[in-house]
Amino acid sequence: MISVSDVNLTFETNDGPVNALRDVSLKVNKGDFVSFIGPSGCGKTTLLRVIAALETPTSGQVTVNNMSPDDARKAREYGYVFQAAGLYPWRTVSGNIKLPLEIMGYSASEKEDRAQKVIDLVELKGFEKKFPWQLSGGMQQRASIARALAFDANILLMDEPFGALDEIVRDRLNGELLSLWARTRKTICFVTHSIPEAVFLSTKIVVMSPRPGRITDVIESSLPKNRELNIRDSKEFIKIAQRVREGLKAGHVEDAV
Amino acid sequence: MGSNYKKNKVVPVTAILLLIGIFWYLVAIPMNSEKVSRQFKNLSTSEHIQKCWSLKKPKLPTPHQIVTEMVNTTFFKKVSSKRSLVYHGWITLQATLAGFFLGTLFGILLALGIVHNKAMDLSVMPWVIASQTIPILAIAPMIIVVMNSVGVTGLLPKAIISMYLSFFPVVVGMVKGLRSPDQIQLDQMKTWSASSNQILWYLRFPSSLPFLFASLKVGVAASLVGAIVGELPSGAISGLGARMLAGTYYGQTIMIWSALFAAAFLAAFLVFIIDFSQKIVLKKMAIIR
Repeated sequence: MISVSDVNLTFETNDGPVNALRDVSLKVNKGDFVSFIGPSGCGKTTLLRVIAALETPTSGQVTVNNMSPDDARKAREYGYVFQAAGLYPWRTVSGNIKLPLEIMGYSASEKEDRAQKVIDLVELKGFEKKFPWQLSGGMQQRASIARALAFDANILLMDEPFGALDEIVRDRLNGELLSLWARTRKTICFVTHSIPEAVFLSTKIVVMSPRPGRITDVIESSLPKNRELNIRDSKEFIKIAQRVREGLKAGHVEDAV
Repeated sequence: MGSNYKKNKVVPVTAILLLIGIFWYLVAIPMNSEKVSRQFKNLSTSEHIQKCWSLKKPKLPTPHQIVTEMVNTTFFKKVSSKRSLVYHGWITLQATLAGFFLGTLFGILLALGIVHNKAMDLSVMPWVIASQTIPILAIAPMIIVVMNSVGVTGLLPKAIISMYLSFFPVVVGMVKGLRSPDQIQLDQMKTWSASSNQILWYLRFPSSLPFLFASLKVGVAASLVGAIVGELPSGAISGLGARMLAGTYYGQTIMIWSALFAAAFLAAFLVFIIDFSQKIVLKKMAIIR
């Protein structure tokens, strides 16, 4: 589905070159829920942006659905959810969700059907006619997820979508995201800096560390696919969280040297 | 909070207006005193002051003289009459609106070019700024004369001068406005593979509207100045500018001042209309609440 091999990315800055990604290789299979976790500067967002063709790697190979990332972008193979909901204030919830459909040239009835479908999916029924400022932060982010789902791409790329929300809302949205993933069978790449969030959501956890941005550990989760929030108290969960923490720490020690 | 704020404004504005009025009447005494002394002999002090405030051709007319003149020439003359302020105001307003329309259009087109074309981005702005460093009073007669010589007279030369002043705030505001969407919004558009026309229509243009309205308010006032300046060197016989010019020829100071005030009210009215439409549009777009 997504394959990244030996990718390097160097940004030229005024303070000299910055190694945002070094020798990153990764495979994401169809239906996977993959989390990228690590401290800021570890390149997790950059990696997601490389997959989305928003950044071009300096060297290495990336394919998305057997295409180059840029072709995949043009073929609308993925939906991207940004850190900020980025809803247009002058459009209603349903108008915002229809925006990509409008750009892609769907017919009016098709737009209506698809918008309705994803509004149901993210449980925003009854809020179609509301403007973004009338919604809470959590609801705005749900609308933004609905918008990314509206054109039914196979892959969903999410860059810390719940980072700005409080923990209670975040827990609920995590649960909703899992059930949405189970129902739609999408492939999801999810950037986060929260260990519980990564362990709770993922089938595969990619631990990254900074300077240079690289992958230090890839953990295949042994948790069952159907999860409730209370799984976070299980031994298995704690064990995986422990391993993530150690991966992060290992990266940190190397960094100090 | 809005209505409170408005209520609170009435007192200070009235107070300042009152102070200006008092100051005006006081200054009018020494300004006109000499002329009164020449025309009238053996006046008591209070009669002298009375005369200072009611001369036919004073150096400085008083507010009530100006208001009387404005009321007379606005309401008690036929609007088709050469002595009607409405007639002259309408002539100037036409040129102002034509120039404002052309200036806005030209300004938006230039801004679109600057935002979408790298070469224009690097080259146009210095020229736009240079254009505004040349005094309009120097350029206006040239435009009038050149256009006259090719047979274009009347409204159009004035509208061109008006446009020359009003396109500038529009360019500056629109370049800023079209560039106001943040990186996330632009990246978002890229993930949907939107064309640059789509980005312009769905994102850049709506985002620029608050900037556009701010520019239009400055632009419309500048347009009026342009239209009046355009009437001065052309020996025009109609328009507020011509009225001011005629006033200076014949020493009709009251006429000059009333034309001046008419222009000020006209400008305030135009700015008010734009402010009002801004509130409606931005409210409708939920940009302001």
